[in-house]
Order: sequence, then structure tokens, then C-alpha cells
Amino acid sequence: MAQIIVVTSGKGGVGKTTSSAAIATGLALKGHKTVVVDFDIGLRNLDLIMGCERRVVYDFVNVINGEANLNQALIKDKRTPNLFVLPASQTRDKDALTKEGVGRVLENLGKDFEYIICDSPAGIETGAMMALYFADTAIVTTNPEVSSVRDSDRILGMLQSKSKRAEEGLAPVNEYLLLTRYSPARVATGEMLSVADVEEILAIPLLGVIPESQAVLKASNSGIPVIIDQESDAGKAYSDAVARLTGEEVEMRFVNEEKKGFLKRIFGS
Amino acid sequence: MQKPSLELKGSSFTLSVIHINHTDLAAVANELDSKLAIAPQFFIGAPLVVNLGAITDANYNLAGLKDLLISRQLVIVGVTSAPTALIKQAKALGLAIIKSGKQSETQPQLPKTTKIVRQNVRSGQQIYAQNGDLIIVGAVGNGAEVIADGSIHIYGNLRGKAMAGANGDKNAVIIAQSLDAELVSIAGQYWLTENLQAHATSKSGCIRLAGDALTAETLSL
Repeated sequence: MAQIIVVTSGKGGVGKTTSSAAIATGLALKGHKTVVVDFDIGLRNLDLIMGCERRVVYDFVNVINGEANLNQALIKDKRTPNLFVLPASQTRDKDALTKEGVGRVLENLGKDFEYIICDSPAGIETGAMMALYFADTAIVTTNPEVSSVRDSDRILGMLQSKSKRAEEGLAPVNEYLLLTRYSPARVATGEMLSVADVEEILAIPLLGVIPESQAVLKASNSGIPVIIDQESDAGKAYSDAVARLTGEEVEMRFVNEEKKGFLKRIFGS
Repeated sequence: MQKPSLELKGSSFTLSVIHINHTDLAAVANELDSKLAIAPQFFIGAPLVVNLGAITDANYNLAGLKDLLISRQLVIVGVTSAPTALIKQAKALGLAIIKSGKQSETQPQLPKTTKIVRQNVRSGQQIYAQNGDLIIVGAVGNGAEVIADGSIHIYGNLRGKAMAGANGDKNAVIIAQSLDAELVSIAGQYWLTENLQAHATSKSGCIRLAGDALTAETLSL
């Protein structure tokens, strides 16, 4: 049985797609056969982050409607073996997703893959509901600021009441917190919520803290998931998160402000 | 303006009820006579309601009973608790079908039920404990609502809205381990965050009604 993981947040722009791409790539790098599915119908972005935008022929909606089969729509990643992308349709809207259709596609993917990463659109409407409905695990991507935290709380409520597992009375969805765009320096000055603040409000286990990093924007623009860039803090932090997701014990990094060394203080960074 | 020729007004009277426990008319007549012999003046012309609750025989001789009672100078105004089979017979004899106060109270009081929620109540969720208390083992997030007809107990942080005594119970209370509520309300009286901050001196506490005003009590939880 494949594990279905939804990357969700409620709020937009917090890093769902960046995280989906990084985590899917990370799992594939660990040797797990992984597919990442873009649920953001009409606002397709995942293909850009994954650097496969020129190779999209058929998409998720085509497969749901039976206009193409899965093998025609799945794009094999050029960099990472074991990694596939199922792109969203750019010309349709979220209503093209039906519970039956999505369920059928995920079931078929489950026969071939170990991990299915669902990149959820923002909001709490059809698209987001479809992305989280079938999930076994949810990675709630949150920025350390109040509106994002509240929206994450709302999504956690949805996971507890509207998911398939909740409706059928099965074991609840595993919920993990992924804190993105974290800046220890700004936490120290009181401009940003701390990891402890967010953990206290959301009360779910912490999967990882991704520091605010220039590398993320660079990676997005060049279509290379940031986890590939192991020089960057963000890349390392995503690797840690993936390790934790697969059950490894890894110490949290990038949570506290780095003490700048003497030379660094003089020459800057 | 002329007074109308008739007026309909409700009024209540105390009537004696005679319970018939036996179908045998002769036996009833015997016992009735001995009772009447004790206080003959008391019963003459007295209006009576006949309780037929103990009679199960559908072919019971109600006409015979009526004649028996009339012959003893009793006035029968109606029957009560009659089994459905006898109601038709009573109507045919011109007797009123009377429901006693106890019988007409058809809505039995529902037992109080306590609702226990063993998880965090998330933003956007609403939980209502009808006709009872609500116990939350967990936090109530911003934008979440917990409502109870009875009291609300929160073993966690209350950051959302809590409304106790939703159908008017003024004795209801709200108890929380930490009161950072957006709104607390008891039987319609409410406080917003700023009122709460002005009144509640400690984090954990109990909100209740004192007269018509809310008041906060410190509890060491």
C-alpha cells in the first residue's frame, strides 16, 4: 500500500509547492518510488518548480476524464530516479476534480508507488478538500505568523472531520507541522512567532523547520527542487524533514540564531 | 358597547376522581354503597370523573356503570385514562373524555447528557452540547466555537468562543485552564477579549453570572 501524503496549509504562498517538490525528491533520493501530484488545477506551478514544464502533454484532469492513461500523463524526473510528476491542468478549474475520479487515480498510482505526495492548492474549497480527502499523512506547511497559523488550525480541523479516514472512522490522519520561512534572528527580536509558539497553538508533532533562505527562490526559478542544493540551509533542513518522515531520529537544526564568527562579523555573509 | 351574549374563558376546577378497579358491577355497587354510607351528604350531586385506567376489557359495560352511579345521585362529567376501546362507548353515552394534567404533559424531560471532546477544537469547528455540559480535553483554537446548554469545562487553552447556558441556564459556568477567549457568554450575557482582560486577574478561572452581570473567579487549576 502506498502512503498518501498531502502537503497543505490553508493559506497561500507559505511554501506548499516548494515543500512538495523537495519532500518528493528527498523520498526518491532515499530510494522510494515516489510520485508528486499537483492538485492546483488552473494554477499549475509544480511543473515549474520541478523543472518539467516543457514536458507536460497530458495532465491529472485528462486522466480523471479518461482522455489519457496514467502512463501518458506521468512525467519521469530527469535528475532523480524513482521520481514522477503528475501535473495539473492549467485550462480547467477545481470542479474538474471529483471524489470518484481522484480516488480512482490515487488507487492506480498506489499500485506502482511507495509514496504519493499531493500538492494541495490554497484555500478550503474543492481542490484543497480533494487533495486532503484520501490522505494517510498530512504535512501542514505553516509560516511563523498569526494568519498562517490560524489557517493551518482550520485545515487541521478539516482533516479531523472531512477526510476519508474521519468519515469512515478509521485511524486519524497523521498530522505533522512543517514550519517554513523561519528566521531565528527575527524570532529573537520578537517580530516572528517562535517554533514553541506555533507548536503550542497547533499541538501537532514538528516535522521540520525550514529556514528562510535565498536558495529557495533561486531553486524555484531554475526548476530544481531546493533539496538538491545540499549547500543551502533550506536544502539540509528538507533532508532532515524527509528523514524524520521515514522514521529516523534527526536533531532539529536552524532553530536558533547562528552565532556569527569573528571573521564573518567583519566581512559579513 | 353591548356585552356579547357569551364568552369563552378557561378555568380550572378540582374534581373527585373515582377509580374503577374491577369489571364486576355488583362488587363495585357494594363497595360504593359502603363508602357512601360513611358520608352521604358529601357525595350527593358531586361531580365525578371516572378513571378507567384499570379496565382492559374492551366490552366493559360502561352504560351499566353510568346508570349505577346516577342511581346513587352522583353526577358523572366524564371519563379519564380510558383505553381506546372504551373511548367510543363513553362518547356514545355523552361523557366527556378528560385528560388529566399529568397525561397531557406529553414531553418527558430529556435526561441531561454530557458531551466529552478529547481533542483540540480547531479554528472553524463548532461543537454544541445540547441539553447538558460540554467538557473539552484539549485547547479551543482561535475561530473555534464551543456551545453548551449547560456548563463548559476546558482542560486546555480557550482562545476561541465559549457560550454556556445557551438556552438560558443562568447557573451555567465556563471553566478553562487558560482564558484567552475571543468571547465568553453565559445565558446571553457576554464579554469580549478586552472585557475579559479587564476582569480576569489570572489566566485560569471560572466565568459565571452574578445577577445579570458576568464575573470572573480565580481558580487554581
